[in-house]
Amino acid sequence: MAFEDYQNIIHRCFRCGYCRFTSDCSYLGFNCPVYDKYHFETYSPGGMMWLIYASLVKKEIKWTEHMSKILYSCTMCRNCSEQCRFKFSQDIIDILKAAREETVDAQTAPPMVGRFLTNVYMYSNPYREMRGKRGDWAEDIKIPRYQKGDEFLYYVGCVGSYDTTSKKAARALGKVLLKSGLSFGILGEKENCDGNEVDMLGEKSLFEFLRENNIQMFKELGVKKIVTLSPHSYNAMKNNYSDEFEVFHYTQLLWNLIECGKLNVFENFKAKVTYHDPCFLGRYNNEYDSPRQILRAIPGIELIEMERNRENAFCCGGGGGNFYTDILGSGKDSPSRVRVREAYDTGATVLAVACPICMMMLEDAVKAEGLEEKLAIKDISEIVEESL
Amino acid sequence: MIEKDTIYNSLAVIVGKDFVSNRQEELYIYSRDPGAQRPRKVDYVVMPKTAEEVQKIVLLANEEKVPITPMGGGFTLSALTVPIRGGIVLDMKRMDRIVEINEKSKYAIVEAGVSQGMLKSYLERNHPHLQHSMPEAPPTVTIVGNALIFGHGHLTPMHGVSSSMINGMEVVLPTGEICKIGSCSISPYWFSRGPLPDLAGLFIGWFGTTGIITRISLQLFPKPKLRDVLVFQTNDPDSLPDVVFEVFQTEMAENFFIIAQDKPDWMCGHIYTVILVTGNSESEFDFKKKKLVGMFDERVKFLEETPSTFKRRFLDVPPFAATAADFAKGGGFEYVGAILPIEKIPEAWRRGWEIARRYSVVFSLGHQALDCGHSIMFGLNYSFNRADEGDAERVRNAIDESDKMILELGGVLWKAELPGQKLMMKKIEPNTRELMNRVRKMLDPNGIMNPGNWSD
Repeated sequence: MAFEDYQNIIHRCFRCGYCRFTSDCSYLGFNCPVYDKYHFETYSPGGMMWLIYASLVKKEIKWTEHMSKILYSCTMCRNCSEQCRFKFSQDIIDILKAAREETVDAQTAPPMVGRFLTNVYMYSNPYREMRGKRGDWAEDIKIPRYQKGDEFLYYVGCVGSYDTTSKKAARALGKVLLKSGLSFGILGEKENCDGNEVDMLGEKSLFEFLRENNIQMFKELGVKKIVTLSPHSYNAMKNNYSDEFEVFHYTQLLWNLIECGKLNVFENFKAKVTYHDPCFLGRYNNEYDSPRQILRAIPGIELIEMERNRENAFCCGGGGGNFYTDILGSGKDSPSRVRVREAYDTGATVLAVACPICMMMLEDAVKAEGLEEKLAIKDISEIVEESL
Repeated sequence: MIEKDTIYNSLAVIVGKDFVSNRQEELYIYSRDPGAQRPRKVDYVVMPKTAEEVQKIVLLANEEKVPITPMGGGFTLSALTVPIRGGIVLDMKRMDRIVEINEKSKYAIVEAGVSQGMLKSYLERNHPHLQHSMPEAPPTVTIVGNALIFGHGHLTPMHGVSSSMINGMEVVLPTGEICKIGSCSISPYWFSRGPLPDLAGLFIGWFGTTGIITRISLQLFPKPKLRDVLVFQTNDPDSLPDVVFEVFQTEMAENFFIIAQDKPDWMCGHIYTVILVTGNSESEFDFKKKKLVGMFDERVKFLEETPSTFKRRFLDVPPFAATAADFAKGGGFEYVGAILPIEKIPEAWRRGWEIARRYSVVFSLGHQALDCGHSIMFGLNYSFNRADEGDAERVRNAIDESDKMILELGGVLWKAELPGQKLMMKKIEPNTRELMNRVRKMLDPNGIMNPGNWSD
């Protein structure tokens, strides 16, 4: 919906503040990553709603660079929607998104947002990397290109294709899928951005463009089933693409293969593991169990939960394009570092992730915390690969 | 941000540039609250981390003659934490340490930014047999803020208002000295305000005009194992003083509310009495329930089946009270919290109902008995649409009329908004007014502390 469609809702936020916490009534800390970092009321979901109302509806205050920073510091993690007690709770993220659309249209979004969007438009990835290199991560492991008749399209996404850390997850999943005997393929240099972050950043037209191109290409290739490395791609394709495709996050597919006995995992991987729920898998798509089932199925793993888990998981800070725009910034109070400390406090030696963006964010945080020797960040695809 | 602003720069040196702002966005948000009062100017927002930082800010404010308004959760709904004469808003939420829990003497020492929710969660996890009195407010509101304004909690009907639960405090005086009040001034233990001159009274109920409280010791209470809600219905407001009297003669009610509201429809036209009953054994619990259920005459009917709304609202601590904010589908809510003698309930109820009808606002009254039934907080609640200035104005007028009605009935306004304060200052005994002015002048010679409050 467009921004004007929310004009009768947006002022209804009372700023009661429940949106900052978790649903288990633990009020010891804040679960809104932005408010937790800044503590000014302006950075709370309610503060943002009031500022959007003041600026875009009532025109009481001017739109400024600082206002853009506040709006784009939100990671769109959806904790606020999950915790808000009012009937409009499910509209909060859409209101923020609609306000971002207004910002993009008025060309007042932060420069890094503009850069992200321009790069995606020109290169189909935010990094300005050449399209021809998109499949390089798979070269030496001989992942096949998708061909008509293959059961699954393995969609990797921008981060898994280009980011050095996240490529490890892309490769691991590729190897696991090869071992599983499934017929699948990747698009390589033909793969486009899925558009999830473009949508979250408020560039609706570009998102539509990417979406339509992808749908057309998938149809031309005869794609029926898609397995995604990233929960962000999963979210875009499952909820915004076409019903003609059956979309899976890879943890759903792997758990299904393990459960059916088509993929056998052994005790090769031994560790105390804690799992970080990605927002776009958990809160956005209610998938909390498949990743845990996989980890529990591996005999050498002792799964320990962090205090904030499932719908109460604390965001890594990378969502809503922040992994690239870095508007939320670094420092010891950055969400990824807070999350890494929380994981370390469980006594786990491995922090398992199921998202290339979380992987990248948390890997950097582990280094910043000086915990490289004590806490390893591993994607579940890597853990499964090591367990085969 | 105006980099040349010397006050801004000095504040940034004290707290770090991440925790001070003079940008329009922060100034906008801190210049208003969710109540109906008009916004007021703010020049700076600062978030100190320590009492020493607060002290430096106070010294700077004295030097520059800039007003300071301390803020906890910022949720009085009557704009008490919005400056009247501009200046600095001191948002205390970074001072969020629970410093100590003393199990045996049952108190918690908390910094000024510790929220109600934080202390609740901390006690549940570490001292599950203890609890503090938690207000019918969102968990973000602060312990110190509530205690300094004679706030109420779920234990108020049994144990008194939160201000009476303060054992001691640390305060930064308007002239910058850091001072301890209560037993902690002569002992490492924060167990009592007396037997000493009760200097806490210099800071409780003053709306931040006499100093900045940086930490307090708050009394904790036993947490019973069993808890239930009993609901009674009546259509006769004249029965209410007897109901309050009888209930508190039993000394069995942990919490006690009277509720009447137009929405939802099934509640319209009825008055509900809600009693929270507790126990540590089934027999104690059953005995109390039987006693309370059987004590009223035919005017007050016990509801065998407790409406789920009441269970949800009152068994939770804190109860979810913010629903009323959306009655007018507009995110605005303010109430006149009048402290009244018990015998005045029927008249206040009738006149409150008339005011709501006259101003076409959704009728909603919520009252909590205080201090073992010695008085009642009579809440005349007004929801409004923030998007409609006319609606907000209507509510301000309804509040003004309610204020006057309460004062006529011999009541006192609780955490009154500025016009309500002025009404009280007009009515207050002249020598009392003069004493208040003298106390303030003595403590705050430069008049920097939240000026404009409690003035005539």
